[in-house]
Amino acid sequence: MISTDNILVETPETVDTLWDVERVREDFPVLSQTVNGKPLVYLDNAASSQVPQVVIDRGSKYLREEHSNIHRGVHYLSMKATTAYEGAREKVKRFINARDSKECIFVRGATEGINLVMHGYGRKFVTEGDEVIVSAMEHHANIVPWQMLCEEKGARLRVIPMSDAGELLLDEYDALLNERTKIVALAHISNALGTINPVKEMIATAHKHGVPVLLDGAQSAPHLAVDMQDLDCDFFVLSGHKMFAPTGSGVVYGKAEWLERMNPFQGGGDMIRTVTFEKTTYAGLPNKFEAGTPAIASQIGLGAAIDYLGSIGRERAVAYEHELLSYATAKISAIEGVRIIGTAREKASVLSFVIEGVHPHDIGTILDQEGIAVRAGHHCAQPVMQRFKVPATARASFAFYNTKVEVDTLARAIERVIEVFS
Amino acid sequence: MSELSELYQQVILDHNKKPRNFHKLEAANRSAEGYNPLCGDQLTVYMQLEDEVVKDISFEGSGCAISKAAASMMTQSVKGKSKAEAETLFDEFHRMVTGELDEEAVPNHLGRLTIFSGVRDFPARVKCASLSWHTMHAALHGEETVSTE
Repeated sequence: MISTDNILVETPETVDTLWDVERVREDFPVLSQTVNGKPLVYLDNAASSQVPQVVIDRGSKYLREEHSNIHRGVHYLSMKATTAYEGAREKVKRFINARDSKECIFVRGATEGINLVMHGYGRKFVTEGDEVIVSAMEHHANIVPWQMLCEEKGARLRVIPMSDAGELLLDEYDALLNERTKIVALAHISNALGTINPVKEMIATAHKHGVPVLLDGAQSAPHLAVDMQDLDCDFFVLSGHKMFAPTGSGVVYGKAEWLERMNPFQGGGDMIRTVTFEKTTYAGLPNKFEAGTPAIASQIGLGAAIDYLGSIGRERAVAYEHELLSYATAKISAIEGVRIIGTAREKASVLSFVIEGVHPHDIGTILDQEGIAVRAGHHCAQPVMQRFKVPATARASFAFYNTKVEVDTLARAIERVIEVFS
Repeated sequence: MSELSELYQQVILDHNKKPRNFHKLEAANRSAEGYNPLCGDQLTVYMQLEDEVVKDISFEGSGCAISKAAASMMTQSVKGKSKAEAETLFDEFHRMVTGELDEEAVPNHLGRLTIFSGVRDFPARVKCASLSWHTMHAALHGEETVSTE
């Protein structure tokens, strides 16, 4: 990524020709509509991204031609469904570079993934007096499950603080790690600020203390190359619907040595080896963690989304998004009365801002009238809002199908907001 | 932009900038907190209720222009009213912003509160307009918290 950045800095005008954004936009049917009489400008990708036609087609092909329950039948359709579902798991394995596809557990999304690790690892290994470390920029999904665990076990939740720019204070992190620490649960990229955390370094530090690390990859999987072998994290969670797949798809990656030792998450069909009223033995990985019938069509869609990302050229997409964020940051921060929340050196995809004297909800409503979709609110990260002493922010979040023209539209609409409230 | 100017009328913008009765009320014998957990809006309504009459009322908190202006004008409308009158206003306001009451066709007591009628065209903002009213209602009934979930 760094080498690509250097190329961009030298010749920014070449980016648009390298990346044919208009061509890419044609892949996403939702983008061609108008909202309130204006062309849709979809800048809420950090909440949920749009779905390309090939993913829609793959899901509907499954529903039309292959639908059945998986892992159960010896009949034709069940085998077709199972092959497609397990095929998606193989794609995930390659996408995140796991050692084995059995380390990739299908879940509804990152939230369910974190809850799985909390139940499976946390409730087994965390006891009274132990400590769990999270960071000050976590999404509620990576706070609340650990808080519930700490309450249940009499353990303590410790928080890595951050600077005014929205960067974690690594010295403080080092000082928090000790022999009572049982897990570090950390956002790879902050959904509210866009900060890319130096997770590789932080994982290595935790491992020096023998502490496993869970990465919340909900925001990173769509925007960065995520390599489990390179990062060496113990757990990684992602949401399909934030990476161009349908809702209900998601993954927990876990190192096999942890997953083997963990408690199952939910009990039910498909996660067992044998059941009697006296005793149940559990299935091996990954089935041990996949009770009940999963969101088969959605997970197959996730596999198709991974294929799609491969087909458009991941590195160029990442470079283009980076360029777009730089352009938007310069453009929006130049508007008088606008303040950017989250100014870390390493950022991806997210531009959170506030306008002096205007509440973000009012920004959101006025932008919506211009056809622009942004998120206005606390972004499920109330502690981040408290840290920056704002009740909420407006957040524009980008994907590789957004354009500089859309950023210009956003800038004009923000000026309109200021006008209404002046 | 016509719906938008309907929503953000000058009176609403003015109450947003200079909210009335925006302070803690020392003489209050009732108070309630209102939350909109989806957006983080939070406000406290203080009420001095004597002989079933709202003798004084005020509010504190943070929120968008719609919620702040609605709270400001709610306190103005309810101050001096009997409990029953306040209940009627609550009911009429709620029905107006949810589109169940056509304030122009059906006789009502809303008066200048009808400037909030434009909210019904913005379903995502109905809760902003009604949070303070729900909170006032809770205070009136001696409840301490209310959430618009």
